[in-house]
Amino acid sequence: MSPDTDLEHPTPADAGMPVARADDPHLQEAVRDPKGAERSIAVMLALGVVGVAVFGAAYVQNWRPWSLGLSLGLGLFFLGFGLTAWGKYLMPQGPFTEARHALRSSRAEREAIAAALVERTGVVVKRRRVLAGLLGSGLGIFGIVALFPLLRSLGPLPGLTLTKTNWRRGSLLVDANGRAIHRDTLEPGGIITVFPAGFENNDQAVAVDQTVLIRAGTTDLVTEKGRATWAPAGYVAYSKLCTHAGCPVGLYEKQLRLLVCPCHQSMFNIDDGAVPEFGPAPRPLPQLPLYIDSQGFLRAQAGYDQPVGPGYYERTTT
Amino acid sequence: MSTTPVRTKRQLRAARGPYGRVGQIIDELDDRFGLARGGRIFLDKIFPDHWSFMLGEIALYSFVVLVATGIFLTLYYVPSQSVSIYHGTYAPLRGQKVTAAYASTVNLSLSVRAGLLMRQMHHWAADIFVGAIVIHMARIFFTGAFRKPRELNWTIGITLLMLSLANGFIGYSLPDDLISGTGLRIMYSIVLSIPFVGTYLAFWLFGGNYPGTVIIPRLFVIHVLILPAIIAALIGAHLALLVRQKHTQFPGKGRTEDNVVGSPMYPTFMAKTTGYLFMITAVITVLGGIAQINPIWQFGQYQADKISYAVQPDWYMGWLDGALRIMPSWEFAGWGHTIPFVVFLPAVVFPGMIFTLCYAWPAIERKFTGDNVIHHLLDRPRDRPKRTAAGAAMIALMFTLLGASATDVLANFFQVSLNEVLWTFRVLVFVVPIVVGFFTWRICLEMQGGGASIGKRKRAVLMIRTETGEYRTVETEPQPDDEKEELPPIPVPVRIEVGAERGDGDGHQPGVRVVPR
Repeated sequence: MSPDTDLEHPTPADAGMPVARADDPHLQEAVRDPKGAERSIAVMLALGVVGVAVFGAAYVQNWRPWSLGLSLGLGLFFLGFGLTAWGKYLMPQGPFTEARHALRSSRAEREAIAAALVERTGVVVKRRRVLAGLLGSGLGIFGIVALFPLLRSLGPLPGLTLTKTNWRRGSLLVDANGRAIHRDTLEPGGIITVFPAGFENNDQAVAVDQTVLIRAGTTDLVTEKGRATWAPAGYVAYSKLCTHAGCPVGLYEKQLRLLVCPCHQSMFNIDDGAVPEFGPAPRPLPQLPLYIDSQGFLRAQAGYDQPVGPGYYERTTT
Repeated sequence: MSTTPVRTKRQLRAARGPYGRVGQIIDELDDRFGLARGGRIFLDKIFPDHWSFMLGEIALYSFVVLVATGIFLTLYYVPSQSVSIYHGTYAPLRGQKVTAAYASTVNLSLSVRAGLLMRQMHHWAADIFVGAIVIHMARIFFTGAFRKPRELNWTIGITLLMLSLANGFIGYSLPDDLISGTGLRIMYSIVLSIPFVGTYLAFWLFGGNYPGTVIIPRLFVIHVLILPAIIAALIGAHLALLVRQKHTQFPGKGRTEDNVVGSPMYPTFMAKTTGYLFMITAVITVLGGIAQINPIWQFGQYQADKISYAVQPDWYMGWLDGALRIMPSWEFAGWGHTIPFVVFLPAVVFPGMIFTLCYAWPAIERKFTGDNVIHHLLDRPRDRPKRTAAGAAMIALMFTLLGASATDVLANFFQVSLNEVLWTFRVLVFVVPIVVGFFTWRICLEMQGGGASIGKRKRAVLMIRTETGEYRTVETEPQPDDEKEELPPIPVPVRIEVGAERGDGDGHQPGVRVVPR
C-alpha cells in the first residue's frame, strides 16, 4: 500500500509541504567518493572506540593521569571527528532555506494589548489609589528590610578592627613558631616575620599583626625625624601588609635595602621609613617602634601609630 | 481500515501506517502534547554554515564539560577552613597545618582515581570557556550581529561574560592554596577601596576582617550553586532568543533579510555539532591529562603572612591585575577619610566603565548611525571601518593590560629594569590602542569593495621566485570546483521520494542512495 494514494491519510505533499526526489542535487553527499569517505569515517570511529576502551583499561589498571587523559581525549576526538565528517561529507548539505517571518504582530494585536493594559489599569487600579499606594509602600518597605538580614547578618560592622592591631606597649616579638627574638637572633642583613607573643590565640593575628623585622646594621637606625629610638641595634620593624592591596611584603632586596611586594612590585626603602620608591603603593609601611629589654629580647615600645594595610574610606589621615 | 480489529502481524504493521512504530509514537505524543508541527519545524531549523558561528558553541560545550567535571569535584572537595595536620599521601606536606579545603583538594588530585584529570579538565575548561566567550563576542561585535533586533541577546552575553569571570575567579580561590589566597587578599583590598560602602561590603562578604573563617564556604555555595544556576538560566535564555529570532547570516547567493540558508538541524547539523562537542571535550581532556595546571600541592597551604614570587591570576583576570600594576600611586586623604584611587580606579571604576561601554554599544551605535532597522544579514568587518577600529582598539587595550600583568616576569626574562618595563606599559596602554585602531581603520578602507566573489570558491594561486630573484604569483590550473556556483537554496523537503537510480557508476558522479523503507 502506498501512502501517496491513501485518501484517508493526506500526506505532507497533499498539505503543500515540500517534497524532493531522492536524486535532487541538494540531498547528495558533498564528496565525490562517498565509499572512500565512508571507509575513512569508519576508521575514525573505530579508533574512537579503541580510545575510549583504552581509557577503561587505564582506569581499571590505575595508570598515570596522562594516560587517562590521552586515551579518553583521543578516543573522544576520533569519535567526534568521525561524526562531524559523517555530517559534513555524507549528509545532505543543501543549501536549504527557511523563511524568516517578521516577529512583529499586527497593528490590531498591538493595540489590543496596549488597550488591555491601559484600560484595565484605569478601571481597576486608578480608582483605588489608596489601596494601590498602601500595597506599593508595603512592598517597598519589604524590599528594603529584606536586605537587612541578607546583608547585615553576613558579618560584623568594621568598628575599630581595621584601625587597631594586637601590638601593645611591651609586646614581645616572637617568630611564627612562638620563639622570642633576641638581639643575637639575626645577623646584619637578616630578615624574619614576627608577631606579638600570644598571637596563636587570635584568629586575625597572623593576617593583621604580621610584621617584618630586618637587621639593617649593628647600630641604632633612625629612619625619620622623631624615630630616634625606634630601631635599636639595627633592628627595624615594618608592617608586612602592603599599603597598596594588602599582600605580604615578602621580598627583601638586601643590596638596595628595599622591601619588595611580589604582587604589584611596590618597593619600600627600609632606611628612610619605608617610603615607597617605586610601584603603586601610595603610603609608607607603618614602622613598629622597638626596644631591647633587660634580658636582650626585642619588644614593641607601642602599637602602630596608624592603621596598617591598604586604604579604606574610614581611614583617618595621620 | 484502521477501525477493524487487528489480529495478524501483517495487519498490525499495516495499522501502524507507513511510518511504523515511529509514526505510532508520534501519534500518541501528538495526541497529548501537540508537538508534531513544532517538532518538525525544529528538525527543519536551518543553521547557516560559517566557521565563525562555531565560536559560541565552544563556550556552550566547555560549559557542559565544566558542569560534568564540577559535579565530580564536589563529591570530594570539603568547603571548610577548619585547620588540621596533614597526614595524606603527599609526603612533603605531612605534619603541616592545612585547611580542609586545601587538604581535600590535594587529596582529590593525588589520591582519587582520575581526580587529577577531572580537576585539571575543570580548570582548562574554565580558561577555554571564558576565552571562547570573548572570541564569540568579538565575532558578534565585528559583524554587527548585536544590532536590532538582537540587542537583548548581546546584553545577556555581556552578563554571561561577567558572571563567568566572577565564577572563574571564585573557583580559582576555592583550593585555599598560597597563590589563590593571595588573589583573595587583593580582592578584599579592592572591595575595601570603594568609597562610603567598601568597608562594610568587605566585612559582610568575608564575615569580618580578612581572612576570617567563612569566606571559603560562602564562595563554595556561590561557585557551585548560585552563579552556575544563573549562568545556566541565561544560557537558556540566550539560546531561546536565538531560536525565536533565528540566526543571522552573511550575505551571499540566495541569502536575504527574509530567509536563513544553511544545513537543517536534523540530521546534518546535529551530527556535526555533536561531533564538535566530542572534539571540544577531547581537547579539554587531553589538556587535563598532559598539561599540568595549578599544581596546588607545590604551592602549599595559604597563610596570610606567606607569599610567592610571580603571583599571577588566570589569564582572564590578567587585564585587571595589569591595570592595578601600572596605576600611579594616587590616594586621596583628607577630612578624616581616605580614598585609595590607586586601587579603586583600576579595579572598580575601570572594569565598570569597560562593561558599561559593552552594554551600551548597541545604543551608542544606533545613536551615531540613526539606524533603527531590523538586520539579519551580517556586516563584513571591513565595511564598517569605524566600528571595526573601535573593537580592535578595545582588544588591543585589553591585551596590553594583560601584558602589563607580567611586568616582573618580562623584566626578569629580558634582564631589563622593572621601572623601565612599568613605564613602557604606562605609555603603551595609551599608544597601542590608538595605533591599532588607526591602522585597522585604514586597512578597512583599503579593503573595501570586491564583494563579487562572495559564496564562490577562490581559485588557488602559486607564488614563484624567478631566476633573477623576483617573486610573482601565477594562477594554477583550473580545478573542477573552482568558481563553482552554489545551488540555489530550497526548503527542507519533508518527504524524500525514493526510486531514482544511482549515477553513471564510475564513482565520480554524485550518486543516490536507495533506502528501502
